[in-house]
Amino acid sequence: MVERTPILNFVTHVILFLGFLMAVAPFVIVAIASSHNLKDVNDVPMPLLPGSDFWINIKTAWTTADLGPKLLNSFIMATGVAAGKVIISALTAFSIVYFRYPGRTFIFWLIFVTLMLPLEVRIVPTYAVVANVLSPYQAILDVTGLSWLIEKVSGVQVSLSLGLLNSYSGLILPLIATATGTFLYRQFFLTVPDELTEAARMDGAGALRFFIDILLPLSRNNMAALGTIMFLWAWNQYLWPLLITTDQSHATAVTELKQLIPNVGGIPEWNIAMAGTLIVMLPPLIVVVAMQRWFVRGLIATEK
Amino acid sequence: MASITIRDAKKSYAKMQVVHGVDLEIASGEFVVILGPSGCGKSTLLRMIAGLEEISGGEIAIDGTVVNKLEPRERGCAMVFQNYALYPHMSVAQNIGYSLKVAGVPAAERTQRIQAVARTLELEHLLDRKPMALSGGQRQRVAMGRAMIREPKVFLFDEPLSNLDAKLRVQMRSEIRKLHRRLNATSVFVTHDQVEAMTLADRLVVMNGGRVEQVGTPAEIYSRPATRFVATFVGAPAMNILEGTVELDGLSLLGGSRRLAMARAGLPVGTKVAMGIRPEAVRLVAPGTAGALKATVDLVEELGAGRVIYVDLDGAPFSVMTSEAVHPEPGSAVGLKILPEDMHFFSSETGGRLDVFKVSVPEPAL
Amino acid sequence: MEKRVTFSRWTIGILFAVPQLLLIFTFFYWPAGQAVYWSLTLQQPWGGGNIWVGLDNFRSILSSADYWNSITASLVFAGISTGLAMFIALVLAALTDRQLTGSRFYRVVLIWPYGIAAPALALAFRFILAPEAGFLAVVNRMWPGIWDPGLDGADAMASIIAAFSWKYVGYNFIFFLAAFQAIPRSLIEAAAMDGSGVIRRFWDIQFPLITPTIFFLLVINITESFQDSFGIVDIMTSGGPANATNLMVYKIYSDGFKGLDYSGAAAQSIILMLLIIVLTIFQFRFIERRVHYR
Repeated sequence: MVERTPILNFVTHVILFLGFLMAVAPFVIVAIASSHNLKDVNDVPMPLLPGSDFWINIKTAWTTADLGPKLLNSFIMATGVAAGKVIISALTAFSIVYFRYPGRTFIFWLIFVTLMLPLEVRIVPTYAVVANVLSPYQAILDVTGLSWLIEKVSGVQVSLSLGLLNSYSGLILPLIATATGTFLYRQFFLTVPDELTEAARMDGAGALRFFIDILLPLSRNNMAALGTIMFLWAWNQYLWPLLITTDQSHATAVTELKQLIPNVGGIPEWNIAMAGTLIVMLPPLIVVVAMQRWFVRGLIATEK
Repeated sequence: MASITIRDAKKSYAKMQVVHGVDLEIASGEFVVILGPSGCGKSTLLRMIAGLEEISGGEIAIDGTVVNKLEPRERGCAMVFQNYALYPHMSVAQNIGYSLKVAGVPAAERTQRIQAVARTLELEHLLDRKPMALSGGQRQRVAMGRAMIREPKVFLFDEPLSNLDAKLRVQMRSEIRKLHRRLNATSVFVTHDQVEAMTLADRLVVMNGGRVEQVGTPAEIYSRPATRFVATFVGAPAMNILEGTVELDGLSLLGGSRRLAMARAGLPVGTKVAMGIRPEAVRLVAPGTAGALKATVDLVEELGAGRVIYVDLDGAPFSVMTSEAVHPEPGSAVGLKILPEDMHFFSSETGGRLDVFKVSVPEPAL
Repeated sequence: MEKRVTFSRWTIGILFAVPQLLLIFTFFYWPAGQAVYWSLTLQQPWGGGNIWVGLDNFRSILSSADYWNSITASLVFAGISTGLAMFIALVLAALTDRQLTGSRFYRVVLIWPYGIAAPALALAFRFILAPEAGFLAVVNRMWPGIWDPGLDGADAMASIIAAFSWKYVGYNFIFFLAAFQAIPRSLIEAAAMDGSGVIRRFWDIQFPLITPTIFFLLVINITESFQDSFGIVDIMTSGGPANATNLMVYKIYSDGFKGLDYSGAAAQSIILMLLIIVLTIFQFRFIERRVHYR
């Protein structure tokens, strides 16, 4: 369109540039701060030219917070959540879109409701469940009198117990138990033309065959988008890993940031803290930059 | 090769019945076209044969075996869909060969059969492409190939040409015809395009409102339409219809402004009937010619080879198709001549054809 | 919306849903039910029986000044950070949508902040906003003691708002930009042909068409401010000073896991759940409207 709006264009550029500064400034400051020595970083104002201690600080942060194994834990958790989500949501969406069975609407709503309550608001009881993941089933057996029955009949006392604290399953499974991905797939499956299903049926394919040969390959884009979003979301989890990993062996990188908060008293080691922050924020940033398209797409699709 | 027998087939959804007891016998190797306006139940009937829709009543038999309860894959039918329904993530070869893969045919044999089909359809150079990279006509051919490779007993076509442009449609039409002549497989073809229907069909089934209106060869359907619906639906421009009332010695038309002398043939006086004349059966003559109807020209539509002249006949719209080089001005008067053998009569009440009339005057003075 | 074509073997169909159903039963419905049960009983930490107390837990929470303080803090936090994050994002998205040179670049960079974990950016902001080092310390050099999030509740609140808003500008930007780009180009062109300028077009065409997105983001931002704030609060202020930033989720966590008051924490969870459910229902009504626009 031919439009001459020089003043407005100038203002646009200025504001966008300010927005850009605002968005990148924290990254830049973190990077610069992590390159200073203890004295420089505590100077007011902090020198804006990078110092020379970058690698030393990174190394110190790495060892202080034991980031190697923690990053690996983060990676395992994030990958597990992303993969679990991508698979389980696809299965569920296939079930509620491509079949008509009694109670389907009920199941749909059961899953739908999980969108409403984030893990954060039900942490306390979820924690209790994870401490013994079979406790719900034990309770059901107890209440229905089944455990009494089993004890009478077989003489075995039923006591189900499987603790998931400090385990990858404990980290991952509760994070998968939401409907986010299911609805992403559902929306997509609904746009797959019926004729394609019919053609597959004419070609002799049954439900499973259709799911694997046609539907899943067609969903590749959605899988990539969902996988990206879920990886980031899981990587950035804080409260849940904090609770569930009572010993250090399963702690994640994000929860370990707490170890880097400078102590009160003495000169605060901000350079080390910022070096650690940089390490922890880098993987998700790389994912966002590399997977930009999927990230944006997934974000918009999962919230619909 | 198989025959199809449809006995009183019905289909109803929760509240609506869309197919009302259809009876149809399709001989082995026959090419049958089901023609009708959208929503007439023609696609539903086809999908009932395919096994994609449950049959609510009656039965469908292929080669004498009732298939009501059989799944699509067990019926031996192949289908070409309106939008082709090609699997977008598979190559042409994979698309064509998918049914064989599902059936567990070994890879070597599969490749061989894909090659053979591709050769027939001239698709060999496209086998590695994805459907996205194909033109409409090529996609159409892949869809045909997918149906052919299974060597099915019955071919089903669900408006397969409606997404193509006019030129390709004509070309594909003749290709389908040729293919049928070669494979000689029983084919059922659904369309709403009457030209397509007329050109392809051995036998034509005209459907409306979930019922079969008429079954016959294209020539029969054109020359002796069984109902008013068939008369107006088949043929372009559509047949002219003049409403009339039976009188003692003839027919009063156009609210009494014209009369047609003819034998009453046992119909009670006052019965409402409709007279139909095909536009191409009307001859254009000079106004005032003896025995000609006088009408005023509204609009002339040039078709190149001929033209359609829309006239006003005592307030009723009427059309004439002529190949003569006449170009009457809008507003001018023309004379129309109609031969008695070109007149069709239908009951206004039931829409059924009335063959009881004999027009008594050779060139009736209307 | 429903599929016309489905598969007939529905027993297989149910099997596909079983993994998900098991997961949500174990980790969603059971804990949620448990929370309701605990909120109505007096729960001994780590087992040891529980006593039915009816609504006593709710009564004691709702009569506690600490809890009301936490609600107020949460609302202040939600209100200001949502307003900030949405306003800035709206401006940036509207300007990026003008597609001047460089807009592709802004489209890429402006969404980065949303990828960062809340605790990580919280630590970064803790440094940037620290009173004795970093950047705001300059202010303290000129007027000593004017800025100290460690001592002043308002400063602490401002700090967590800054950190949260920074992250959610990126988030809102993505949605606003998508909404702007979903407006058919022909609509803008038609308005231009009608003689409407850039600013006029924004108010007459674009803004009305994205109002559904605004409502949608409003609800999402508020709900997120309840949950995603935990990491920020924990790293930056630990709820202090003097409970000034003790937001609801943080309080649930500290009461439940530090104070071992399961019943109180459960009752607070229930109240928060209700709040979020009300907001979500609100949101679905607007999603309906969103569909109507298209």
